[in-house]
Formats: sequence, structure tokens, C-alpha cells
Amino acid sequence: MTASQVIFYILSAFILGTAVLSVTTAKIFRSAIWLLFSLIGVAGLYFWLEVEFIAAVQIVVYVGGIVVLIIFSIFLTQQSGKEMLKASMLRNIASILSVLFGFALTYNLIYNNNFQAKDKPFDWTVNKIGTQMLETGENGYALPFEVVSILLLAAMVGCIVIAIKSKPEEKNG
Amino acid sequence: MADIPISHILFVSTALFFIGMYGLFTRRNMITVLMSIEIILNSVNINFVVFNKYLYPDRLDGIFFTIFIITIAAAEAAVAIAIIINLYRSHRSIDVESAEEMKY
Amino acid sequence: MNYSSYIALIPLLPLAGFILLGIFGRKYFKSSSGIIGTGLLLVSTVLSLYTAYKYFFVDGKAGDTYQTITALKFTWLSFSENVSIDMGIILDPISVMMLVVVTFVSLMVHVFSLGYMKGEERFATYYAFLSLFTFSMLGLVVSSNLFQVYIFWELVGVSSYLLIGYYYDKPSAVAASKKAFVVTRFADLGFLIGILILAFYGKSLDIKTLMENLQSSELAAISAASFVGISALTWGLTLIFIGGAGKSAMFPLHIWLPDAMEGPTPVSALIHAATMVVAGVYLVARLFPLFALTHAALSIVTFVGIVSAFLAAIIACTQTDIKRVLAYSTMSQIGYMMFALGISGYGGESGLGYTASMFHLFTHAFFKSLLFLGAGVVIHFIHSNEIKDMGGLRKYLPITNLSFLIACFAIAGIPPFAGFFSKEEILLASYHSNKMVFAVALLTSGLTAFYMFRLYFSIFWNKNTVVNSHHGEGPVSMKLPLVILAFCSIFAGLIPFGEFVSSDGKALDSHFDPLFSIAPVLFGVVGILLAMWMYKKESNKPKQISNSLGGLYKVAYKKFYIDEIYVFITKKIIFNLIGRPAAWIDKNIVDGLMNGIANTTAAVSNWIKGVQSGKVQSYAIYFFGGIVALAIVFLYLWK
Repeated sequence: MTASQVIFYILSAFILGTAVLSVTTAKIFRSAIWLLFSLIGVAGLYFWLEVEFIAAVQIVVYVGGIVVLIIFSIFLTQQSGKEMLKASMLRNIASILSVLFGFALTYNLIYNNNFQAKDKPFDWTVNKIGTQMLETGENGYALPFEVVSILLLAAMVGCIVIAIKSKPEEKNG
Repeated sequence: MADIPISHILFVSTALFFIGMYGLFTRRNMITVLMSIEIILNSVNINFVVFNKYLYPDRLDGIFFTIFIITIAAAEAAVAIAIIINLYRSHRSIDVESAEEMKY
Repeated sequence: MNYSSYIALIPLLPLAGFILLGIFGRKYFKSSSGIIGTGLLLVSTVLSLYTAYKYFFVDGKAGDTYQTITALKFTWLSFSENVSIDMGIILDPISVMMLVVVTFVSLMVHVFSLGYMKGEERFATYYAFLSLFTFSMLGLVVSSNLFQVYIFWELVGVSSYLLIGYYYDKPSAVAASKKAFVVTRFADLGFLIGILILAFYGKSLDIKTLMENLQSSELAAISAASFVGISALTWGLTLIFIGGAGKSAMFPLHIWLPDAMEGPTPVSALIHAATMVVAGVYLVARLFPLFALTHAALSIVTFVGIVSAFLAAIIACTQTDIKRVLAYSTMSQIGYMMFALGISGYGGESGLGYTASMFHLFTHAFFKSLLFLGAGVVIHFIHSNEIKDMGGLRKYLPITNLSFLIACFAIAGIPPFAGFFSKEEILLASYHSNKMVFAVALLTSGLTAFYMFRLYFSIFWNKNTVVNSHHGEGPVSMKLPLVILAFCSIFAGLIPFGEFVSSDGKALDSHFDPLFSIAPVLFGVVGILLAMWMYKKESNKPKQISNSLGGLYKVAYKKFYIDEIYVFITKKIIFNLIGRPAAWIDKNIVDGLMNGIANTTAAVSNWIKGVQSGKVQSYAIYFFGGIVALAIVFLYLWK
């Protein structure tokens, strides 16, 4: 067993373990922290896959942005440390069953498909990504790029509108 | 990297997906629901990168999709949190079950 | 010969009045609605008088026979090549005569109501209903199609229902209107089936074509077809006659008429004395060529007519409500018309009964509406319908007194008043055809004189009542119709009626036989004198006589218990024996089935609606579970 393999299995275990903890812990703040670890683990997986750019983006956006956002919202809406309400037993069992069935089904499909890796090296540079991203010709991603930028703008405006809207109401109430 | 079969990496992403799914079904706090969604998106990202790297090494589409998904996830998280905060103002709770006017 | 241009206006003007007053009356024409209704009707009356003049004297005749003219006709609903429902106007002697009678009497009633109904809350509605009735009646008499007759027949029934129930806050009026509607509606079922039978065999609904077909080409078929040993023709005509008997209050379907007196008195004068109740007679006369084909149907007509005439006359002698007396007298007189038709033959001398019947219809309309309007004045004056509250009113109501007297003479058949001539002809016709009928009719005419003068003397002579009414006979609008109708009651009999109306359109010599009229007049005079002896002065003679008659008087007073028999049949037999089990089945089995289905559905949906909990996560689980299930089905099971 090579070091690379060992690292992969450790990373995988780490990702899955922290993810499971993240969706099962009773305290919301801990849940957020477990999520943070899980996301870092995924970033590590990207490093292991030698796509450092994506790993960097993952850390910057997910770890640095989304998780912080989530933690902020937890502070805004919750008393951290309080135990969260549990779902009913029936719902739990139903969820576990359906998830296990779904997993078995999907993985069965994947396993039977028997993906075979091509023997070419994966050839990427940030330069290539940037060029193709802003290219307007064939295989260019200029249009999705623009669309996504508009989406981000819209999301930003939307957040402000949603968050601001109820302020006068609160004054009245 | 030929010493790790693709199916093992895909096992991680699939498992991650269903863990997120489980959280989505059982969590009653909206913020944790949102976290579950992030986990699901991550599993998808892993898939994109893995498929791109091993099956289509001469192309970059998987990378692009991953980048876009991360971007959109950020936007989605922001909007979702705005909604959650708004809901919290009106219901004084972010329990999923407390917002169940959408019935019958 | 162009009638159509204006003749359609005769019925349509009252319709316009109905729509105008019915929709806008209570809001915009609260006080002027009477004038509007009367004005429109006045135009109609003038037009129908002009039509009558034109028809009878200018161009109705071809050779020596009065033609049947179809003045207007358009197809409304076409079922097949020769069966269609048309709307048309047919002119022949009887329809033209009925046009005149209906518009004229209706006009008188409209004018009278101006005074009588003044100050009523629903004055405009009243005039709207009157207009509706007039429209329906006019439409009925000019109908060219049997189905058109039926449509207007029902419309007449509806307007009668509305007018009887005019005082809808009075429970008795509501009950009476319901009774009238149900009884006549029941009879109309017979009418409808009769129409269908005739139309089936006659292959047309158009009256003219139908009669031609049945008299010639299809006669064999309809006579041959039989049910329970009676030919289809007889069945059809008898069923139609049942409809007519219902509307004309013939025994045993007469029970609604006395109760119908709950309506306003002018309405009684118009609908339940002069026009609507003779619709049955008119119907038989309209289809008379067909009735003449079968002896059986005519026998039924004769029998029902004479029984009604006699029975009603006896009942009328005992009643104490003046309007009810008049109602029974109406029934009796219509009985006269009916049996006159029944004993008549078709064409020539033997058609005397037909002419006499129509003649009696004509004169009766005048003096009976006069009697009712007179009664209306009395009721208006004394605020009561009961004879015992009246007496000695001749001093207060001179014009009414005189006109009432004239009308009584007319109905009693005293020469030279109108009723004399028509009744004379009826008696003559019956004398020639059936002695038995003649005897009963003669007796009835004596009874008629008796009860009419009993009424007259009780109201205007007898004891003196203390009157605390301050108004006299009412405004001019109430007096004028009395005077005009009294005038008609005197002189209408002098019209040589046989010249114009006869069964086959040819002029009929109404030969007047003074020797023959001795007997009827004598009977009349005896009746009058008897009534005078008993009722002119207040005395206890009536009481003694009624006591001595004992049971017989009681039976007559109770109207021969016919109402009670109806109640027994409907309540005990129909309701208890048929209605109850049917209701039980309906309630427990039919409804139970439906309720069971509904309850099951409700229970299932109650159970299912838990799924729609509003909990998004549940939805997600269902969704995901569904996907997994589908995937399993398609990937592993479906192969």
C-alpha cells in the first residue's frame, strides 16, 4: 500500500466521519464546526487529486465564506449550546431506510459500470482555465460566466431586499 | 494515481451525497438543513472533478462546472440565510415544522 | 287578408306590459303601473274588436262558410318533416270570439282594479301578473299548434297560481294557490299525454293538419289501435278532456276553484269566472271535429258536464261565502257549456249544442264577471266575504244593486237578459238529443235561479246591517265596468250568435221557440220566488228548512265531502302506502348508498390528507422514496 493510498483512505474516512457527525450532532454550533472539517477534508481530497486550484477555491469560498456565513446566522437566530429538536423516530427510520436503499442502488450502478481511467495525464493550468473561461468561441465559457455574474448580483440584491423588507413591520409591531 | 480505483473515490462522493440526504430528511433546524445541502453539493463537485480528471483528462468542463457550482452555492447560501433570518423574524423560530402553512 | 301585421300585437302588448311592469314596475311605475297596463290592454281590445269586425263582416267568409285563417306562423322547433312546434295565430269564429271576450273582460277587470287594488303594496306586481295572464290567455285562444296551446295552457296556470297567491302572507291563499296549481297540473299531465297520442297518430302537431289527417287518412289507424278495449282516438281525446276538465274545474277536479277565491276579487272575476276556466270548454270546442268522430269521448264530456252542473248548483245553495257561491255557480255554468258540447253533433242542425255552448260561454263571461265585480264592491265596502255580515246594502250601493240584479236575472235565464237566450239554446239542444240530460239541466236552471237570488236578497235586502264604512261604492273606475258589463249582460243575448259561430262554420239559424221556453222560465221564476220568500226578510225560514233537510243539507254544505275524499286518498293511500315506503327506500337505500360513498371518500381523504402535512421534509422523503422505488422498478424488475 503506497502512501498515496493511505492518504486517500484517511482523507475519505475523515470526510465521511465528520459529515456524519455534522448531520447528527444535537448542538448546532458543533454541527457547523463538523461541517467545516468535512469541507476542509474535501479540499484535501482535491489536493490529493492534484487539482490545487479547485482546492483553493473550495477553501476560500466554502470554508472562508459559506461556513462563516452559516455561523453568523447561527449567532443571529440561535442560542448556541442548546440542544436542537429531534426528528420523530418514524421519520428517522424512514430516512435511514430510504438513504440506505438509495445508496445501495446508486453504488451498485456505479460499481457495475466499472469506470476505467484513461492513461493520459490530466493537463490543467490556471492559465488554461482562465483563457477558456473568458473565451467566446467554441468551448468557451464566457456566456455562463456572465450569467453567473448576473446571478450573483441578483442574489446579492435579493438578500438585501429580503433582509430589509421586514424592518418597518417590526417597528409597527 | 492508478493505484486507487475510480469506484473507491466515487464511493466517497456517493456516501457523502446520502449523508447529506439523511441530514436533509431528519434535521429540523433550517440552518442545519442548509448545511446538509452544502454537503450534497460537495459530493457532486467531487464527482465532477474525478470524472474530468480520469475519464476526460484533455478537457476542462468538469472543472468549470465545479467552479460554477461553488459560486452558485455561495449565492444560494446567502439567499437561504436571508430567507431564514426573515422567517425567524416572522415565526420566532427556524424549525422547519413551524412553517407548515403550505398544506391541504 | 293581411292580418299578421297587427294581430300579433294583441297578445304581445300585454306581454310587453308584463315585462315592463314586472321588471321596472315596483321601482319606477309604482302608481302609474295600473294606467300603463290598462292602456296597453285598451289598444289590444280595440285591435281585437277591429279583427272581429274584419273577420265576421268583411273577409272571414268564403261562400257561406267561415274560414279558418292562419294569420301568422313560424316554426319554432322542428322535430321532423311534419312534426314541429310552431308559433302561430289562427283565426276562426271561436278564436276571434274568445279574443273579444278575453280582451274585453280583462280590460273591465283592469279598470276595476284601478280602484279596487289602489294602495296595495304590490300594485305594479299585480298588474304585471294580470298582463301575463292576459297574454297567456290570448296566446292560448289563437294558438295554431297543439303544443303551443299546451305552452300557453301552462302559462295560464302559472299566472293563475301567481294571482291566487297574490296575498302571499296569508297561509290560506298560499295553500289555495298550491292546490290550484297541483290539481290543474295533475290534469295537464293527461292533456300532455293526449297531445302526444293524437300527434303520434295524426303525424302533426299543427291543429289544422292534425284534424285533416285524423278525419281522413289516419282515422282507420287511430281507431284500430286500442288499449284496454278503448280506441286510441278515444283515449287521446279523453285525456285531453281531463286536462280541460282540470282547468275548467269540472267534477271531480273542481276542488281547487272554490279555494282559488282567496285571490283578489277582480282576479276571480277575470280568471276564475270569465276566461281561464272556460279554457277547457274552448279546448273541447277547438278539437270538436275530432270529438265528433267518437261517441265515447263525447259521452264522457256530457256526463262530466251535467254532473258538475248539478252538483255545483246544489253546493252553491248552501255556501255562505259569497265568492264561493259564485265559484260554484261558475262551475255549474261551465258544466252547462260542457254538456252542451257533449250532446252536440257536428255540422248543420245537430251542431246546435256547439253553438249554444259557445254562446253561453260568451254571455256567461259578461254576467259572471259582473257578478264577481259586484261582489268585489260589496266586499270592498263591508270587508267581509260572509253572507251573515251583509244585508240591506241596496241603500248604500245603488249601482251595484242594480247591476247585480241584472246579472242575476241574466244567469237565471229570465228574458230578455243575455243568459236567457244562451241557456235556452242549450236546453233546446239537450231536449233534442237526450231527455235525461234535459231534465237534470232544467232542474239545475231552477236551482241556479234560487241560489243566485238567495245571494242577491241576502246581500241587498234581508236584515239591515250597521255600516261604518265611509266610502260609498268606490271611485268611477269601479263603477264604470259595472255599468258597461250590465249593459252587455242585457243586450249580449240579442246577437244572432248562430250566424257567426257554428260547428262547421256555416251559419246556423237559431230558431227561437217561445213555447219551449215556458218551462225553463217557469223554473227560473219559481226559484226566484222561493228565494224571495226565504231571504227577502230576515227570518228563520232558511234555518228551519235546512234543519228539516238534515243530513242532506250537511252533505251539500260540506261540498259532498269531495275534499275529504281527496285528502283521504292522498294522505292515507298515496302518502302512507306509496310515499312512506318510497321515502324509506330513498332515505335509507338510495341516500345510504350515496352517503356511504361520500363518507368513504371523506374518510379516505381524511386519512390521505395527512400526507399533505406542509412539512417540506416529509415531501422530500416521499419524493426520494418514490424515485428509489421507480429506479428499482425500471432497473431490476422491468427488464
